[in-house]
Amino acid sequence: MTTRSHPGEAKWELRLYTAGQTPKSLAAIKNLKKVCEEHLAGRYEIEIIDLLKNPRLAKDDQIVAIPTLVRKLPDPVRKIIGDLSDTERALVGLQLKQLN
Amino acid sequence: MGKPEPLPSPRAKTQRGALAKTPTGISGLDEITLGGLPKGRPTLVCGAAGCGKTLFAMEFLLRGAEQFGEHGVFMAFEETEQDLSENVRSLGFDLDKMVADNKISVDHVRVERSEIEETGDYDLEGLFLRLGLAIDSVGAKRVVLDTLESLFGGFTNEALLRAELRRLFRWLKDKGVTAIITGERGEGQLTRQGLEEYVSDCVILLDHRVKDQVSTRRLRIVKYRGSTHGTNEYPFLIDEDGIHVLPLTSLHLNHPASSERISTGIARLDAMLGGEGYYRGSSILISGTAGTGKTSLSAHFADATCRRGERCLYLAFEESPAQLTRNMKSIGVDLAPWIEKGLLRLESSRPTLHGIEMHLATIHKQVKEFKPQVVVIDPISNFSNAGTAAEAEAMLLRLIDFLKSRQITAVFVHLTAGGNAWEKTDVGVSSLTDTWLLLRDIELAGERNRGLYVLKSRGMKHSNQIREFIVTGEGIKLEDVYVGPEGVLTGSMRAAQEDREKAELRARAQEFERKQRDLARRRAVLEAQITALRAEFEAAEEESKTVAEQDRTREREIDENRSAAALRRGADAAAAKGKRK
Repeated sequence: MTTRSHPGEAKWELRLYTAGQTPKSLAAIKNLKKVCEEHLAGRYEIEIIDLLKNPRLAKDDQIVAIPTLVRKLPDPVRKIIGDLSDTERALVGLQLKQLN
Repeated sequence: MGKPEPLPSPRAKTQRGALAKTPTGISGLDEITLGGLPKGRPTLVCGAAGCGKTLFAMEFLLRGAEQFGEHGVFMAFEETEQDLSENVRSLGFDLDKMVADNKISVDHVRVERSEIEETGDYDLEGLFLRLGLAIDSVGAKRVVLDTLESLFGGFTNEALLRAELRRLFRWLKDKGVTAIITGERGEGQLTRQGLEEYVSDCVILLDHRVKDQVSTRRLRIVKYRGSTHGTNEYPFLIDEDGIHVLPLTSLHLNHPASSERISTGIARLDAMLGGEGYYRGSSILISGTAGTGKTSLSAHFADATCRRGERCLYLAFEESPAQLTRNMKSIGVDLAPWIEKGLLRLESSRPTLHGIEMHLATIHKQVKEFKPQVVVIDPISNFSNAGTAAEAEAMLLRLIDFLKSRQITAVFVHLTAGGNAWEKTDVGVSSLTDTWLLLRDIELAGERNRGLYVLKSRGMKHSNQIREFIVTGEGIKLEDVYVGPEGVLTGSMRAAQEDREKAELRARAQEFERKQRDLARRRAVLEAQITALRAEFEAAEEESKTVAEQDRTREREIDENRSAAALRRGADAAAAKGKRK
C-alpha cells in the first residue's frame, strides 16, 4: 500500500456517471455526498457526468451500468455501481472500510 | 460448352409476402435460410467454445458492410478491438480500414466482477447508450453482441440483468437493426443463461465435433419463426475466405442434360460408348482393383479434354502432381504442356488432411475459381477414410449434383479393394453415375491382364463386350479378347491362340491351293480325254460317210448296170419298171 492510497491523507477524486435525472441517479448523488461528508470531509472532489449529454465517455471509461462511481484517485481505480444506498458496500467498494 | 452457371437456388428466393430477410453473405447460409436472417430482429447464434460463433457474427457484419452496404456495430464482451481485427485479418478482411471508413464500429465492453462493487439499484443504461451511439455513428443496420452472457459474469443481480436483457432485445427491435447475439452452449439448454428465451425469432446452433481425429463443424437452424428453412445439420467450414455452409442434400433433380458427346481420349473406347464417347456433363465412374489402369484411363480423358482446348481439374489423392505427370509420360500421355498452358490443374492432397466437408468445400472453391469443363477425382474410395461411408456417400452425392448443375463432366475413380465384389463400390455411388467402366484383372496361365467392360452407360447404345486393356508406351490400347470354347483368353494366351489360329488359317490356305491344283490337273486330263474321244468320233463319222458314199455309188452302178442289161434285152416293161423306181 502506497501512502497515497491511505484514506487519511490522500486527495480523493471521484467521478459519478449518470444518465439524466433518473431517480437512481439522484439517489446516487445524494448518497455519495453523504458518504464523502462523513468520511472524506474536505479532501474530495466529485465530478458528475451525464452520459446523455456525453455519450462518448461511456465507451472511453468502460461504463455499462448506471449509475457508476469511479474512484480515479487514490490509485487503484475502483468502480462501484448502483445508487450507493447500501452504504456498507459503498464504503467497502471505496476501500474506506476493510471487509471482514 | 460447359458454361458455369450460378448454383441454382430457386428456393432461396424470399417468398412473396413472407418475412423480410437480411442476407448474411455467408456462403451457403442464405440458401438454407432461404434468404438470410430475419430483418430487423435479433438472431441467436449459440454453440460451445471454439465453434465459430464470433467469426460467424463478424462475417455477417463485414459482408454486410462490404457487399450489401449495411453498416454494422460489433459489441465485443470478450475480445478487444485489436484481437478482433487480428482474427479477421486471417480471413482477408481489413477491420481497421472498415472502422476508419466509418462502416463498422467496434466497441469492447469490459465487465470485470472483481473491479465492481454493487451498492444498490442500477440498470444497464450505459450499455444502451454505448450501443445507441455506435449505431448512430455509422448508421448501422446490423448489430452483433458477442457474447452477451459475459454480463452474467460481471453482475450479480440476475433478476435485474434479465429484465435489462428483455429491454435490450425490445430496444434492438425498435431500432430496426438486424442483430446477432451469440451465446455459449449450456447444459441441457441452448445457452447457459437461457438467452433463447428472449430471442424468439431465429436460433442457429453451431457445433464442432471431432470424430476419429477429424473435426467437422456443423450448423443447424433450430428455429426460424415465420419462415421455412432447411432443418438438417449442415456441415460448414472455416477457411481463409470465411465460413462456408454446405447444403447437405441437393434441392432438386433438374440438371440440364446435354446431348453433346466428348471423346474419352481412346478411340476404341469411344467406339464402345456408342461410337462417340461420354455425354458432356455426365458423371463417369471408373472402378477397378489396384493397378488396373484407372489413372491411365483418366489421364487420357484429361489429355483429350485439354486437346479440345477445355480446362480439366484433376484432383489426385494418391499421387503428387510431379509423380502423376512422370508416370503418365511413361505411357505416352504428356500432361506437362497442358499444365503450362493453364488448361490442366493438378491438385494433390491426402484425403485425411481434412474432414470430408472441407474436401467438398475445397472442390467447390476450386471449381468456382478454375471453371473446368472436366473434373477428375482420383480416387474417391479414400474419402471413407476421412469420414464414415455414409458421410462419404453424402458428400459424393452433393459433389455430383454440384458438378452436374454446372454441366461439368466428372470422372470418379474408385479403387475396389481386393476380395470385394467386382461390381460394387464401397462408396455407394455406382447408382448415381451415368457411365460405369469396370477395369479388372483377368488372371490366366500365370498372367494378370487387364480387361475393360462398360458396365452401364445411360442414354447410349454401348458395347457389351470385354476388351483387353493394354497399357503401352504410346498410350492405352484396347484389343478384342479371344472368346472361344475355352473362355476368355487374354495376354500371351490370347497371342498364342491368335498364332494358332494363324497357323490353322495358313494350313487351310495351303490345302485349298492343293485342291485347286488337283482340280486343274484333273480337268486337264479330262479335257485331253475329251479331245481324244472327239477325234475318234470324227474319224468314225468320216468313215461312216465314206461307207455311205460307197454304198450309194454301188447302188447306182447296179441300177445303171440293170438298166443297161434291160435295154440290152429290150424289155420295155422292165424299162418302165426301172423308171418307176
